[in-house]
Amino acid sequence: MWEYTDKVMDHFLNPRNAGEMENPSAMGEVGSLACGDALRLFLKIDDTGVIQDAKFQTFGCASAIASSSVLTELLKGKTVAEAEKLTNKDIAAYLGGLPKEKMHCSVMGEEALAAALKNWRGEAAPAPAAEGRLVCKCFGVTEETIRRAIRENDLKTVEDITNFTKAGGGCGECAPELEEILADERARMASAAPGGKRMTNIQRVMLVTKVIDEEIRPALKKDGGDIELVDIEGTKVVVSLRGACVGCPSSQLTLKGLVEKRLQEAVDPDIRIEEVRP
Amino acid sequence: MKPAYLDNNATTRVAPEVLSAMLPFLSEQYGNPSSMHSFGGAVGGHLREARARVARGLSCDPSEIIFTSCGTESDNAAIRSALESQPEKRHIVTTRVEHPAVLSLCQHLETKGYEVTSLGVDEEGRLDLEELEKSLRKDTAIVSVMYANNETGVVFPLPEIAGIVKSRGVLLHTDAVQAVGKLPIDLSKLPVDFLALSGHKLHAPKGVGVLYVRKGTPFRPFLVGGHQEHGRRAGTENTASIVALGRAVELATERIGEENTRVRAQRDRLERGLLEAVPDSRINGGGAERLPNTLSIAFKYVEGEAILLLMDRFGICASSGSACTSGSLEPSHVLRAMGVPFTFAHGSIRFSLSRYTTDADVDLVLKELPPIIARLRALSPFSGKEGEAAAFCSTHSH
Ligand code: FES
Repeated sequence: MWEYTDKVMDHFLNPRNAGEMENPSAMGEVGSLACGDALRLFLKIDDTGVIQDAKFQTFGCASAIASSSVLTELLKGKTVAEAEKLTNKDIAAYLGGLPKEKMHCSVMGEEALAAALKNWRGEAAPAPAAEGRLVCKCFGVTEETIRRAIRENDLKTVEDITNFTKAGGGCGECAPELEEILADERARMASAAPGGKRMTNIQRVMLVTKVIDEEIRPALKKDGGDIELVDIEGTKVVVSLRGACVGCPSSQLTLKGLVEKRLQEAVDPDIRIEEVRP
Repeated sequence: MKPAYLDNNATTRVAPEVLSAMLPFLSEQYGNPSSMHSFGGAVGGHLREARARVARGLSCDPSEIIFTSCGTESDNAAIRSALESQPEKRHIVTTRVEHPAVLSLCQHLETKGYEVTSLGVDEEGRLDLEELEKSLRKDTAIVSVMYANNETGVVFPLPEIAGIVKSRGVLLHTDAVQAVGKLPIDLSKLPVDFLALSGHKLHAPKGVGVLYVRKGTPFRPFLVGGHQEHGRRAGTENTASIVALGRAVELATERIGEENTRVRAQRDRLERGLLEAVPDSRINGGGAERLPNTLSIAFKYVEGEAILLLMDRFGICASSGSACTSGSLEPSHVLRAMGVPFTFAHGSIRFSLSRYTTDADVDLVLKELPPIIARLRALSPFSGKEGEAAAFCSTHSH
């Protein structure tokens, strides 16, 4: 039996805002019968862009019903701009957490909201293929959905992906592809990680080394110079200039304008360069 | 609150007679039956008695009974033994609706280079015997077919299957874990080579099972160690549970008529009542021969876990064939193999009765379940809108 929080049980047993809405301003639908869960979200949005009312209809397990109920509660009174920022994490957090195998229920809420807001703006509801390539045929999950789930929830394994998106939970044929997407998306996240918050020290060291070796050093070498990485402490990168760079009047410019800037872009915006003389 | 326990295919309560039979072996009669002293030897006598009781229940010889720890061990021991004793044969035949004890083992053996043919079933869960016959090959080491399905209760025609398999000289194993105690079993007439049963499905405790091995069948032990069970299953005997199992088989044999009269009548009343009270419901495997105690009923447009949790509020214990209860995401492999439409498969509930089921238990389900389904359907975006349901689903065809 699943361990559900009291909040989940409460929203499952006493769902708020359940049922159909007459003349909604927006409607979003996700899921399917085959997948075993589906959600239809109705919104009433006033002229100032404030969500006056939200209702839902859900086919699914206790987590799916509770997630939908909470979603409608969270939406009421919010502006569209505020609603847009709502993610599955907010839904799961409000419920006091969901079993990890059930996280996809909260993701379904986020997706239904996105679909409803699209509908409100008059954009066509995304056909699954239009939102990216279909990766998991069993559950109709697209590459874009998978990548988003990895990014937004910091997913680390294929099992995580299955828990959050259902992809891979059927025949398993898509597992190798999920593996590839995961590796690729994690690499992108590592190189884009703002403030290096998600990067471990070792990852940062490796990335700095890579950028210096592959980009900075070749550029300096062209002018007869060179650079050596001396140390890295958090975001402080200690280097030492070599060759023609030593004593060059514009060496500070090289350090700030080229080395520091490039490392800030590629690794971490907080990086500061310090020079030690050889 | 005493629960309305309708989940007996999962496990059963220990019968009071069984409990009192086993208790002395957990207290004063703790001797090891292998010991040379008479204190242990006395326990050995009770083991022999238990073996004889099981053998009587199955109409076989006591020497053909090996006590094991559970049904899974018995299944593993039978199939692995068949492979080890015929190393030149690399092919296994089984079905797509087996219990994981057989299914997962076969999948594992595939990774070890064995070839597995998994026979499909029709929409009622029945096997195609012609297909079975065609699947047999010169290098088929064993056919492993369950006697009755744990989810739907569908019974396979074992005598016919045995006729086909034995005429081709192939070993036959049956996982009879759900059948023993509900169907009369006469191994003097049913020519299977191996049969597995499990204690806790017939009112004995958990952790004890039996593997029947027909005399003359080559056997290679799964557990190697001491000389217990004539060297066919090492390890000090779980004496209390074995004594319990002997008594449980004896009771089950005595009371098998009740399963097929009173229990069956209760099951049928539950079935009829639910079909009448809940529109868009159907019986999984309803067209096939089924165990007298099992009802797998599917409710369209609702999801099984939600039903189970709401029934739990009234103390009703049952199981679901839905994905959400199991941690996997697809509905049960049995329902999928039967081609049960997704619309029904996700909302499948299994009720399994026993001789301890009361009329009040059935009444409670009949009273509480229909409004639960109605309540969940009122929440569902699909209910009652057939066309819309199909349109809603953008990624799958139904
Ligand atoms: S294609 Fe993804 S699980 Fe089957």
